[in-house]
Amino acid sequence: MKLLGLLMAGAVTVFAAGETVLIQNADIYPVSGAPLKGGSLLIQDGKIAEIGARIAVPKGATVLEGKGLRVYPGWIDSGTQLGLEEIGSIRETNDTGELGDFMPQLKALSAVNPDSEHFGVVRVNGITTAIALPGGGGRGGGGGQMIAGQAALLHTDGWTWEEMEINRSAAMVLNFPSAAGRGGRGGMPPDLQDLFPNTAGAGADARRAVLDQIAKLNAFFDDARAYKKAKEANQPDFHKDLKFEAMLPVIEGKMPLAVNASRAAAIHDAIAWAEKQNVKIVIMQPRDIAKAGAELKAKNIPVVLGRVLTLPENEDSEYDEGYTQPAEAYKAGVKFALGTFTNEFVRDLPYQAATAVAYGLPHDEALKALTINPAQIWGAGDLIGSLDKGKLADLMVVDGDPMDVRTQIRHLFIKGKEITLSNKQIRLYERYMSRQ
Amino acid sequence: MKKLIPSILVALAPLAAETFVIQNATVMTEGPKGIFKGSVVVKDGKIADLGEKVMVPAGATIIEAGGLYLIPGIIDCHSHIAGSGGINEGSVSVSSMVNIKDIINPDDISIYRALAGGVTTANILHGSANSIGGQTLPLKMRWGKSAEEMIFAGATPGIKFALGENPKRAGNPQGGRGAIGAIQIQARYPATRMGVEDVIREAFNDAKAYKAEWDAYDAKLAKGEHPIPPRTDLKLQALKEVLENKRYVHVHCYRADEILMMIRAADDNGFKVRTFQHVLEGYKVAKEIKEHGAGASTFSDWWAYKIEAIDAIPFNAALLTKKGVIVSLNSDDAELMRHLNTEAGKAMKYGGMSETEALAMVTINPAIQLGIDKTVGSIEPGKDADLVLYDGFPMSDFAKVTKVWIDGTQYFDRDKEVAEQAAKDAEKQQLLDKEKSAQRPQTNRRPNQ
Repeated sequence: MKLLGLLMAGAVTVFAAGETVLIQNADIYPVSGAPLKGGSLLIQDGKIAEIGARIAVPKGATVLEGKGLRVYPGWIDSGTQLGLEEIGSIRETNDTGELGDFMPQLKALSAVNPDSEHFGVVRVNGITTAIALPGGGGRGGGGGQMIAGQAALLHTDGWTWEEMEINRSAAMVLNFPSAAGRGGRGGMPPDLQDLFPNTAGAGADARRAVLDQIAKLNAFFDDARAYKKAKEANQPDFHKDLKFEAMLPVIEGKMPLAVNASRAAAIHDAIAWAEKQNVKIVIMQPRDIAKAGAELKAKNIPVVLGRVLTLPENEDSEYDEGYTQPAEAYKAGVKFALGTFTNEFVRDLPYQAATAVAYGLPHDEALKALTINPAQIWGAGDLIGSLDKGKLADLMVVDGDPMDVRTQIRHLFIKGKEITLSNKQIRLYERYMSRQ
Repeated sequence: MKKLIPSILVALAPLAAETFVIQNATVMTEGPKGIFKGSVVVKDGKIADLGEKVMVPAGATIIEAGGLYLIPGIIDCHSHIAGSGGINEGSVSVSSMVNIKDIINPDDISIYRALAGGVTTANILHGSANSIGGQTLPLKMRWGKSAEEMIFAGATPGIKFALGENPKRAGNPQGGRGAIGAIQIQARYPATRMGVEDVIREAFNDAKAYKAEWDAYDAKLAKGEHPIPPRTDLKLQALKEVLENKRYVHVHCYRADEILMMIRAADDNGFKVRTFQHVLEGYKVAKEIKEHGAGASTFSDWWAYKIEAIDAIPFNAALLTKKGVIVSLNSDDAELMRHLNTEAGKAMKYGGMSETEALAMVTINPAIQLGIDKTVGSIEPGKDADLVLYDGFPMSDFAKVTKVWIDGTQYFDRDKEVAEQAAKDAEKQQLLDKEKSAQRPQTNRRPNQ
């Protein structure tokens, strides 16, 4: 009886989907505009129905007293393997990296395990949305792909991957050829390459190898365009090809390419290539923002910065090189979001952003990099990313600055459904606290 | 040297920088003075005085720290930086003869980066390929000094043990990460947790016999006899020191079963485990760890990177603390090492530790675990002036390190670092240009062709 009472008490604070919830007297930080102190926010049918200084309590609505609390939109992590990778070192639990150089037909979404423990773990830290990336990451094999497949934009809650879906084709992942290997991490620092032209990754041979790879990429795009033409001509001998079908939204400019390009040279190559191909791109995990920033800004290309808490690339790089990347991107006027790119760091996303603030990024811009910027970059700016009337009710009610580690999340809503703030780790904690 | 001392004596004093006062800071002492707003006086490399009001020694440099936070230097109980030439002597499963002291690389840039993250002392250990690994020791991050000058004087040396997946990997060369394509690799005992236990018990079986030989010899010597000394065995010598409580045992571990196994193996052989390292499932056997008297040095929130990390919880540090175990948070990683302060902050989030309890996990607690708490780990009169100044609440990610002192000497200054960057870049460019202009025309032939 007592136990039942406890369970009931716990259940009382969690509202079911579709329920009408009015948050009152809270400080509302919409991100898209100025904060509203002591305001109200109404959740109805999974959406934000209204925001205002005072909202009359609708009939049947549950009222959530928000005095002293703040409301923010849920966080968006723009680079994860959520649902695709459970345990980094165990191949059988990894579905990130497939074989094959050109695999645009692969979709991350349908390989997402909705019951992955990672979702519960990251949710309680306010991550309501994530990009799940095919290719790279973990030890999933197939890391050397050129086109790795389609990244999914998904909610971190749902019974099935269909329910979690925001967009199964949010972006096509491309590991851009570079002297330091596809995607362009590591290798010899560019400023030294001229000095040691005979070293791997430097000199004329390496450049030829890069150009050869880009030629292969161009050939694939040429084939995709030829396919589109043949399809449109509706010839009787036309055969449907799943690879090229998947490429149609890319060459039509409807679906961006998420392009892994780290160093300035690779970023420059990728921009020039995209312009020639007339395709939309998002640069993933760039490191040389100070050098590449002007061009990215001029061409209006957004970026997803990798972990802020990361070691400098070279021995003589500034010690705070990683910490200052977001501030550099901001100064250059580049639109950017943040990604953690490793499942175990996803829950630290807000703290990574806070580090960027410590090293020069304005606080408001850090909030945007976790909310409205990624929503817009991934084509969901009208659905998520800010607290605005008509958007999905993905939001958190917190007791302080949401990027401060001391702050606790009191309530979390995804699509208007209140999420129970528990997970496997919290259950283990409670269980072993009770051990005498 | 208080204010009344004649100025002539002040002029003769050593460098003025050696005596300084940090004033108006929020001082988080981790000592009896708790947290207060005031000053800390540093003299001859030691903390001379602290309090809301202090006597300013004549000639002392004043460092104004209004709005800033001062904490004791951060201590990392588990690091692998500053080693050269590899840290895993993987060929044998008992490698107690090897010593970190022999491979310290004082030029490792990770030392400076750790320093810039507020770390002043780090326990440097071997890897985890061996059930019984090599000999360890703490270093002070005295960047610019020699390897010998970095060694923490007077610290009790340690030894690394390892349980679980890593030490059994060499026993599974095809299935483990040790496999290299089709190359046949000889499996090396042990291959299971059972084997790891046996390796440790066998080693101490030998060590006890070895110790008995030496004890008999020492006894005869004490009686004035002239016995023939036993043969020195460098491998068993280190374990003999463990049995004599002269060397601390730091055990890499993950799962509750192996932690309990280690406690019982130590009990049976008459030695103590000083710390369990990583100890991600320590929360499941908190009672047994507490009873044994071991400390726990864990990660704040790492998990799921391997199967033995699947039940890791971010509440581990808080739960173990609540159950009476002394807990530290370590890095095991050159990157994480740079922000252990915010790892401590996570203990406030996950499990509700107080500011003092959380900060203790990267200052006084690791000092206790390493047996160096008499000289470092808190801001108290007489202790080493290892201090870190932050521009905000030090366990929040919004704060950054502005200055770091070790033994009263400033080793990091962010303002200076930022100011000098342009000159450093220019110097590098100059060197590159010089090198390019001096180069002979390159041929396309590679050296080995």
